[in-house]
Parts: sequence; structure tokens; C-alpha cells
Amino acid sequence: MAQVFNEMQDKSGAVRSPYLRVEEWLKTLKRKDAERARQEAENRFRRQGITFAVYGDSEAAERLIPFDIIPRVFAASEWRRLSAGIEQRVRALNAFIHDIYHRQEIIRAGRVPADVIIQNAAFVPEMMGVNPARGIYAHVIGIDIVRIGENEFYVLEDNCRTPSGVSYMLEDRETMMHLFPELFAHQRVAPVENYPALLRKTLESVAPAASEGEPTIVVLTPGIHNSAFFEHAFLADEMGAELCEGDDLFVMDGALYMRTTQAPKRVDVVYRRIDDAFLDPLTFRPDSAIGVPGLFDLYRAGKVTIVNAPGTGIADDKAIYTYMPDVIEFYTGEKPLLKNVPTWRCAETQALTYVLEHLAELVVKEVHGSGGYGMLVGPTSSKKEIETFRAKLKANPRNYIAQPTLALSAVPTYTASGVAPRHVDLRPFVLSGDRVRVTPGGLTRVALKKGSLVVNSSQGGGTKDTWVLED
Amino acid sequence: MLGRTAASLFWMSRYMERAENMARLLEVGHRISLMPGAIEGHRDEWRSTLLSAACEHSYSQKYGTITAQQVVDFLIFDESNPSSIRSILRTARNNGRAVRTALTRDVWESINSTWNELVAVKPSELTSDRLPVFLDWVKQRSMSFRGAILGTMLRNENYYFSQLGNFIERADNTARILDVKYFILLPKPSDVGSDLDMHQWGQILRSVSAHRAYRWFYRNSGYKPWLVAEFLILREEMPRSLLFSTSWICTALAGLENLHGARYGVHGQAEEARERLRSGRMEDIFQSGLHEYLQNFIMANNQLSRDIGTTYNFP
Repeated sequence: MAQVFNEMQDKSGAVRSPYLRVEEWLKTLKRKDAERARQEAENRFRRQGITFAVYGDSEAAERLIPFDIIPRVFAASEWRRLSAGIEQRVRALNAFIHDIYHRQEIIRAGRVPADVIIQNAAFVPEMMGVNPARGIYAHVIGIDIVRIGENEFYVLEDNCRTPSGVSYMLEDRETMMHLFPELFAHQRVAPVENYPALLRKTLESVAPAASEGEPTIVVLTPGIHNSAFFEHAFLADEMGAELCEGDDLFVMDGALYMRTTQAPKRVDVVYRRIDDAFLDPLTFRPDSAIGVPGLFDLYRAGKVTIVNAPGTGIADDKAIYTYMPDVIEFYTGEKPLLKNVPTWRCAETQALTYVLEHLAELVVKEVHGSGGYGMLVGPTSSKKEIETFRAKLKANPRNYIAQPTLALSAVPTYTASGVAPRHVDLRPFVLSGDRVRVTPGGLTRVALKKGSLVVNSSQGGGTKDTWVLED
Repeated sequence: MLGRTAASLFWMSRYMERAENMARLLEVGHRISLMPGAIEGHRDEWRSTLLSAACEHSYSQKYGTITAQQVVDFLIFDESNPSSIRSILRTARNNGRAVRTALTRDVWESINSTWNELVAVKPSELTSDRLPVFLDWVKQRSMSFRGAILGTMLRNENYYFSQLGNFIERADNTARILDVKYFILLPKPSDVGSDLDMHQWGQILRSVSAHRAYRWFYRNSGYKPWLVAEFLILREEMPRSLLFSTSWICTALAGLENLHGARYGVHGQAEEARERLRSGRMEDIFQSGLHEYLQNFIMANNQLSRDIGTTYNFP
């Protein structure tokens, strides 16, 4: 693996300019104060119930995501460049989804093979010809980005379905301002707290044309047992929207309503946090007990807006990911500002041969996987683990892609043995409606184990407050 | 407001009230079992605790005999028992989680930290001498929860639905405790007017935290079955009496009527129940049978609870 880029110190050991204040603060931060702050942060999260559920782990059914008290910092100039790339990518993703569900020009042009789309499980044929408000499909996108050098950023993954984590971004900032208010007094950190208001604005801007007055927005959740339930409740609360489960909503006379303690109330926009397959048992999985029967027909008829639209998974599928540079160029006419990680599609014979020969150096992921499950990180795996994985890969190569193991950048992190660098990634959140809005910063996930490159919360990762300094 | 939200607020408060009552029942059971001369009767006391908690049937399905340790474990920690304190607090918190957007931060943190602290208690550490401290804690948590509601929630739908749950549960509990204990303590109808064993009568009142209040209220009367029943049924001054609870239910329903500008059958139902209690006389109640009277009250109260659910679209 190449030299790890340390975001606080350059190769000569000098402190990089965005971190000047943080470094000064760390020098004066006493161990007992740091420990107390860490404890207080944990109590705060526990008290508020900011927890997530780990599936298949009934004993510790609710866990905290560890919060690291040392922030990650971007300079204004760094962020300007990064966010231009993010915005470009998001525009391309929405144009791509629109095209896929209309004329499929990109397939006609031979830039993406037809079978990658049509035979993809994430392709939703029912969406063909549907025209959502403003032509936007993925209103909320989270883009996973890693950094490996001063100016080297790579997109690891696009999340166009129901990306989560934004509540952690907001609570991390709240916690940080609560614990260390003085850090914010000496420099201007771009605020993130208006995210819920901007989300609301975005949702209102895509209300069906027919809706009258101020549109009624609801958040649709699978319920309290969902791993991200806290976030669903949090966003509903922050937006002043009702938090609904499927059976709170019903279709009547060509409109969507919610059951209230009084007369039924008309609903215009559904910010759903349940998967496509469960949205509507009449159109998708008939055994879904958490959806709303008849919702999709209303949607097709333009009577209600579903956010994100069904079928957006076609744009964040790992098989599609490999075509993203072409996709961006095709729809924007520009070169991609953010790079893709070079990726081998194991479905291709030559690529598979290469991957099988280099398993010990590569990261291999399931095409449809997420959450860090079912993946192999070659350099940190035992021989036995690699061999087990090899068998799986050979049995079903189409199911996998492989990438070089990236030397994720490291940021100082508070650990049991003091402050030490740990690997991080970044998930900025992007809203698309009347315009595209990139939240300054995003969620930084940190691999707390020394040397580990897996940042997923389900695999023991933590989070950090992420700062974008203002000029 | 969503019907679901109303239902969750209602049940959240019902369960928090239930936890407090369960703790009191256990407290009384524990107290009696420690008393001299209670050795003979202590199995009866735990049986009466199980009966008052409506858990006798489920207990006897799981255990053959009544032992203090088993009863305590069954009523506090047993997750297979939906009426154990653990199950009750879990249900209360799950309802709270589902509607945390409708709760103030103080209410939510009260209910959430109760659960977090309970999870940290190991059943093996709860030995007999630690039991009173633990039960006190349960009562305190329930009171802190109610205090957070009274002190921080807007007087809107959220508040009224939570109050309905709270007082429907309290009325049910008081009626049930009185019914069960009274009949265990009072084998012969002719005993109604007599002075009975202080300890035993004290326990009915303790089950509803009213033994001191009783002394203040009735001064020199001693524990008379007649007065104990009156205190718990007809006295509006007594905050766990049937009349007090029913009046509170009426107030909450009137609040909803006022907010919605809509009056339903449940409003009349509750007001009639209150008027019956206000004009009630102990002579009549004893004449027609206290047991029947309480059973009828419990049934009507349950019916009111169901009708509130139907009226306000609980899922």
C-alpha cells in the first residue's frame, strides 16, 4: 500500500493550514479532559437514544456509534473544488436515471451495455415513462468519497436510494459545539444545522403540480425496529412533518391521505425511508406489510411525489459505478471532476483472472452489497479467509467487483493510547429539487481500529464532526 | 395528529403508570412477607400480589409453587411475562420511541434513561435486601416521567392523549387492587363495619400509597373497611381514587373536545361515569355488592378505553 496521506501533517511533519487551530488545541488538551468529553458525548448520545440496531445481534439490539472528539477539517478552497465535483456528479446521476426510464440514449450511444441495465435487479420497469416533478429522481444523495493525497479524491460509491447518516452529521456538530464551544469562537466553520430546513424546501419544491397551498410532507418509516429509526424520527421532527408507518397512509379517490385523530388529511410528498420493493404491495412485493397499497399508481398519475423516486438504485449499483466516468461525460459534456476508483468487473473473464491472481492486494465487494458486509479486504485478511472468498468468487463472478486497496487518508483520532491517526472516508449529502445543494462537510466515518480500512458503523467504525472552514 | 401518534402517547403513559403500580404491589408483598407471624400466610400474600397484578394464571403455568424469589423474578425481570416491570418499561419506551417527535426532550430522556438504567440491573444482584431500593427507583422514575409531562408538554392533543392513558390505567389499577385485596382480607360480609387488623388494612392503602393520606383524612377512625373503600372509590381528594381518575379523564376529553370542536360518544360515557361516582353512596355500593360494583366499573373503564381508540382512529 502506498504512503498514507495524513490530513493534519504533511510529509515534512509541518501542520497543514486547515488544521492549525486544531493542532494547537490538541497540544493543550489534557488526557483527563479529553476522556471526560468523550464520556459526556457518549452519555449525550445514549440519553437522547441516538442509537442504531445491528441486525442479527439481539442482545445488544441498540448500539451507539462511537463519536470521536477530534474534528476533521477542510479548507474553503479544498471544499470548493470537492463540491463542484460532487454537484457535477449529482446532476449526471439524475440525468442518467431520467434517460434510463425514458429514451435510453446512453444505451443507444453504446456507452453503457443494455444488459447491465435491463438485467439489473435495481432496474424498475414500472418506472418507464414516469415523469416526476422537475425531472428529479434522486432528491437526496450521499456520495462516499475517500482521499488518498493532497489533491486526490476518489468516489467510492454513490448512494441514490435512501442514504442515511445525516442525523449523525447534525448531532456530531451539536455535540462538538456543546463540548468545545471555544473551538468555534476562533474560526468560522460553515454551518450544517439548516439541513432539515433545506430538505423541507427541496421536498416542497417537488410537490405535485396539482397540490394546493403549502404541500403536506410526511416521512415514511418501516418502524421502530429499523436500524435507522432514530434518523427517521429526527428528520420528521426537525422538518415539522408527520412520521408515518405504512398503515397510517391510505389511498382514497385518487389521492393519498393519512389517518389522523380527526378527518383524514391529504398528503402530497412522501419522503420514504423504506426500500422500493416494500413501497406498495399492489405493484411491488405483495407480501410487504409496511407499504401503502395503491401508492405507486398515484405516483405514476402525478398525484403524489415519492422521494427518492422508485428505481433510483439503477444509478448506484456497483456494476453501473464502473461506467460513471462515461455517464458524467455523456450528460454534462464535461470531464469528470471527481475520479472513480479503478474497478475490475469480475463478470469479465480477463478481469476475473487478474482479480483471482491478486486477491491478497485487492478489495472485493458484492455488486449489491452494502454496510461493509460480504466484502474481502485482501491485505488485512488471513490466507484462509482469502481462500474461502476465492471459492465464492469463482462460483458467482458476476456478483463481484474488485478495486485496489486504497490508502485512505488518516486524521488524528482520540484512542485508548492517546491521539493517533486513523483512516477516514466522507459522505457528503446533496439535495436536488429547485436547485442542487451540497451540505458543507458531511459525515466523516472513521475506522477506530489501528490500521483498519473498514469505516462502516456495523463493523465498528465511528464518526467525526466534519468542518469546512469559511474564508 | 396521526391516530398512531395518539395511540402511542396513550399507551406510553398507560404503561408508565402500570410500572408504578406494579412496583407498589411488590413493595406491599415484600413488606408483608417480612412481618412476624406472616410465615403462615406469606404464600397467600404473594398469591394476592399475583392476583392483583392479574398474573396468577400465567405464573401458575410457568411455576408449580409460589416462592418469593420466583414471584419477584416473574414480576420484575421475566421477559416472557408481558406484565413484568421489564416488559412494561420496554413497551412504554417503544411507544415513546415511536412518537419521540411528539415528546419534549425532557419526557423522552426521562423514559429513555429509565430503560437504560433498568437494562444495567442484573437480576442476580437484586437480593431481597436490595428489593425495596429497586422498587423505590421504579416509582421515582414513573413520577419523574409524569412530572416531565406535566411540566414541559404543551396542553395540546399530545398531552391529553397521554393523560387519558395515565388515568384509565390508574382507575383500572385502583379498582382491581381494592377488589382483590378486599376479598382476601374480608372473608365474612358481617365484618364490614368492624375494626380489623391494622397491618392488613394498611397494606391496601399502601398498595396505592395512601396510608398516610388516610390517617389525615379520617383522623381518629382507624382502618375501617367501609372507609377504606370510600376513600379509594368516592373521594375526589384522593388522587388515586376512581372518582379522581374519572374526573381527570373527563378533563382530558374536554380538552380534546375543545381543540377539535367535536364531541363524541366517549365524552358522554366518561361524564356519566363521573356523575355516578359523585352521587354514589357507600351504603348502596355495599348493599348491591362491592365486588359487583368494582367489576362493573372495570368493565366500563375498559370499554371507555376501547371506545377512545375507535373514536380517535388508533390503529
